[in-house]
Amino acid sequence: MLYALLFWEFFKIGLVALGGGMVTVPFLFNLADKYRWFTHRELVDMIAVAESSPGPIGINMATYAGYKTAGITGGLIATCGLVLPSLIVIIIIAGILNKYRQSDKFMEIMHTVHPAVLAMILFAGIELGRLVVVNQTAIIIGIIFWGAIHFVKLHPILYIVAGGITGVLMGL
Amino acid sequence: MLLELFWSFFKIGLFTFGGGYAMIPLLQSEIVERKNWVSEEEIMDYYSIGQCTPGIIAVNVSTFTGYKLRGIKGAVAATLGIVCPSLIIITALANILNILIENEAVNHAFSGIRIVVIALMADVIINMWRKNIKDFWQFMVFAIAVTAMVFWGASPFWIIIAAAFFGLVLRKGN
Repeated sequence: MLYALLFWEFFKIGLVALGGGMVTVPFLFNLADKYRWFTHRELVDMIAVAESSPGPIGINMATYAGYKTAGITGGLIATCGLVLPSLIVIIIIAGILNKYRQSDKFMEIMHTVHPAVLAMILFAGIELGRLVVVNQTAIIIGIIFWGAIHFVKLHPILYIVAGGITGVLMGL
Repeated sequence: MLLELFWSFFKIGLFTFGGGYAMIPLLQSEIVERKNWVSEEEIMDYYSIGQCTPGIIAVNVSTFTGYKLRGIKGAVAATLGIVCPSLIIITALANILNILIENEAVNHAFSGIRIVVIALMADVIINMWRKNIKDFWQFMVFAIAVTAMVFWGASPFWIIIAAAFFGLVLRKGN
């Protein structure tokens, strides 16, 4: 019952992994040791793929790891397993949140938590910056794009597509 | 409505490069400004809670939004939407992904995309700054959180917990 085992292992990861997609990585290394579904070397390659492909990194990792283990169905099962715990937990919490969102206590807590979330956005941007070769051209292109984003306000998807094209044309 | 939810999150999943927080500019534009489904504050609430609950933050935020709009069905629709692009792309390209990410043109495209994503995130921070950093304590939380993550490698989970606890202490103090 490879499929059931795959589902169960990813369900457990979904249940204990907190936060961004990269937190699933240590658990996947454990899986590699436990079952030999994929090797450490393959996992390192998977991280590079999951960081670059569109979509949440954790989902990309699960789909890819599941695919390596048991083909297309494996990818689907691993992803479902990873997502299901958060789906259940968030549905329960969302019900509770609806009741308390307007309470003073909740607002007071969020008063200091929102700045921490802002810090996390900054940190995620810095981490992403580590994957870019930072030189004069990159900085100038970044500033030009920021100007366009700030003052023209088109849909972000258009800027992302334009960024991809600029990257190819300028050999970034 | 369910289809609309699915489709919005499908688009967001398809154009998210760089993980859960890199998704914020897309959420802001698509579901806050264009669709008016949730407020900016609610998105921040979802990230705060989603960071501390099981699962991947991008999925948690999608589930929250879907639930708010259409209950459990909405939660499932939004979650399927955010997950499907990865599922389709990775499955379709699994056998050539290793070759693809070594390809020079693909790497140039990714570099360009990452620069734009950083610019989009910078713009989000600038826009959110005024609403979220209004007093000294909020600035301190921001500064300490950034320092703790960049220099000490602190985990976002504990930072959120600490910030929440600090909020409670401040409330008692007032």
